[in-house]
Amino acid sequence: MIKSIKTWILVGFASLLLVACGQGGGGAGSKKSKTLDNTKKAGFVKCGVSQGLPGFSNADESGNWSGIDVDVCRAVAAAVLGDADKVKYTPLSAKERFTALTSGEIDVLARNTTWTLSRDADIGLTFVGVNFYDGQGFMVRKNSGINSVNDFQNGISACTNTGTTTELNMRDFFNSKNISYEPIAFEKADEVVAAYDAGRCDTYTTDKSGLAAQRTKMSNPDEHKVLPETISKEPLGPVVRQGDAVWEDIVRWSLNTMIEAEEYGVNSSNASSLKDSENPAIKRLVGSEGELGAAFGLDNDWSLRIIEQVGNYGESYKKHIADTGILPNRGPNQLWTKGGILYVPPAR
Amino acid sequence: MNLKKLNIENKKIRNLIPQALTVLALLSVIIYFATNAQINMGNRGISFGFGFLNQEASFDITFSMIEYDGSHSYGRAFLVGLLNTILVSVIGIIFATILGVVVGISRLSDNYLIAKVAEWYVEIFRNIPLILQIFFWYFAALRALPLPENGINFYDISFLTIKGWYVPKFIWTNFNIFLLSVIAAFIAIYFINSYATKQREQFGKQIPTTIISLASLILLPLITFLFLGVSLTFEYPVLKQLSPTVFTYAGGVSIIPELIALALALSMYTATFIAENVRAGILGVGKGQKEAAASIGLNKNQILKLVVMPQALRIIIPPTTNQYLNLTKNSSLAAAIAYPDIVLVFAGTALMQTGRAIEIISITMLTYLTLSISISIFMNWYNKKMAIKEK
Repeated sequence: MIKSIKTWILVGFASLLLVACGQGGGGAGSKKSKTLDNTKKAGFVKCGVSQGLPGFSNADESGNWSGIDVDVCRAVAAAVLGDADKVKYTPLSAKERFTALTSGEIDVLARNTTWTLSRDADIGLTFVGVNFYDGQGFMVRKNSGINSVNDFQNGISACTNTGTTTELNMRDFFNSKNISYEPIAFEKADEVVAAYDAGRCDTYTTDKSGLAAQRTKMSNPDEHKVLPETISKEPLGPVVRQGDAVWEDIVRWSLNTMIEAEEYGVNSSNASSLKDSENPAIKRLVGSEGELGAAFGLDNDWSLRIIEQVGNYGESYKKHIADTGILPNRGPNQLWTKGGILYVPPAR
Repeated sequence: MNLKKLNIENKKIRNLIPQALTVLALLSVIIYFATNAQINMGNRGISFGFGFLNQEASFDITFSMIEYDGSHSYGRAFLVGLLNTILVSVIGIIFATILGVVVGISRLSDNYLIAKVAEWYVEIFRNIPLILQIFFWYFAALRALPLPENGINFYDISFLTIKGWYVPKFIWTNFNIFLLSVIAAFIAIYFINSYATKQREQFGKQIPTTIISLASLILLPLITFLFLGVSLTFEYPVLKQLSPTVFTYAGGVSIIPELIALALALSMYTATFIAENVRAGILGVGKGQKEAAASIGLNKNQILKLVVMPQALRIIIPPTTNQYLNLTKNSSLAAAIAYPDIVLVFAGTALMQTGRAIEIISITMLTYLTLSISISIFMNWYNKKMAIKEK
């Protein structure tokens, strides 16, 4: 009996001790990057992706992920670990994504996420840039006779995803047009597609890139069309946790490097041969001039590895979005020098 | 002071110490996690608070039993979700109970076909995961139901379509008077029944309570219609064309297919377990009881109603309470097929828009806890009522 009391007392003290030392969590504002250290130690980048959106993040039969969102994580892995394949992907629903990031389950969220003020400022997240400029649109059946959003009438039913900005945009849009509508919001995109395909709703609304991608999953894609109007701004970009400035910079400049590489015509096949280029901007990109990597604790070839292993933004777009027939036209996602709005600060 | 009392060998204290330490350890663990969460949230710039409940929700909900649109608050959206959860749970519990009792009794039927059908039903539906059944009913229903323009027509007043089951809307005048008359009827029935019981026990007089009860339930509300200015008109759903090929119904009330599929799946699934409880309860009543009842001249129905069921209920109620709790909690799978329950509306959309994971999940958990405990308390009360009364 005495022995068991001793055990109990020990348990009590142990738990008190736990309380006392449990105050150490988090490492805000320190110069070293905890996330970078942990990533190097683990040997892979913890990346949150979608549950399957062709062109952005989609897994094939053997579980290999690809897409332009996936390429952001691959770029970070190439920069930090030297190998673009060293990424651990966690598929997340729209609802889970931010909690997964703030709790540390993932370190980069590249899941076609819209950059908004409240998300950036209120819930402990930081958006590092935009890798796809999108806007919300509507899909309808071709035979419906609806050719524009102006043809919508009271009583229309609209399917969408829960927990996304589309739910809010949809309300703003229908309210501004003074149209009463029936919103049907599903947790997963596959169910939205199935319900719309079956005829439960008259229109399917989400980001236009998403509509184009999901259309390929319909039982008969040719029966559907995307209406020309865009009802919102949806800048999609990678997100990191607030409080690790170095990691934030690494992810931001991994993305910027891909875009800047396209601007200077550096791609995966010519990058290593451009080490002796005349242009100092190109030399900085391929690591033969300056000490840019040192600023975030990386070697000088970090950006060269991104370009060689992942490619520049144009290559990524062509491979995942254009060649798959999702959105052949780059629209706003063209370089600023070619009439688009892709414009990144100089890497110097 | 009695020193013996403080001695560790004292049995009372000896028993108390481990308990006190357990409580202390448990508290420490809770405090540890709470402070740690607070510190981590502070470090990551996440604030904590319930102020968001008053903010404008700015998203719409398909189906609501109270007035709601996006200009209402998150608190109101929570209420909409809660009511929808309660609605589908109540519908599910009612149908599961009816179906469960019927199937449970059928399994014991002498009729081979009825008994076998009931057995197959139980074995099939309790062995398939509920989420699959929900998807099955939802997508099977969606595929099977016609588009609005070809809706299944019930005498031009009700239409069953892929977009929902459109039924007439009741438009009342002086609804309160009608409601009062119904309540009055129920109170009357209660007194009639207790009077009848007294008469039977004291004088052996049989009073036809069923007919009297029915009569008061019909007559009292009828009087309000005839003399007290209560009236009821219907607004029928009418087909409306939205574009050359898109149709819907305007007017009336739409029972959304998500609700139908979810209620169907939940009650079909839970009924299998209730059926087994009912079967166990009936088999648990001793054979001698039935034989004794038969020997005093009761017929088959009377034996079941007066002798077997009252005793069987004592066995049936406790496990059936568990099934009611399961059904209520399982209704949270609604989110998969877009039925706007508390999980989809509040722990889904509201969580996403506000990012307040800890607050919203705690509220949601607390809500389910409250719902479950309420059901438990009611069923325990009913169980006590049905228990053997020692005289």
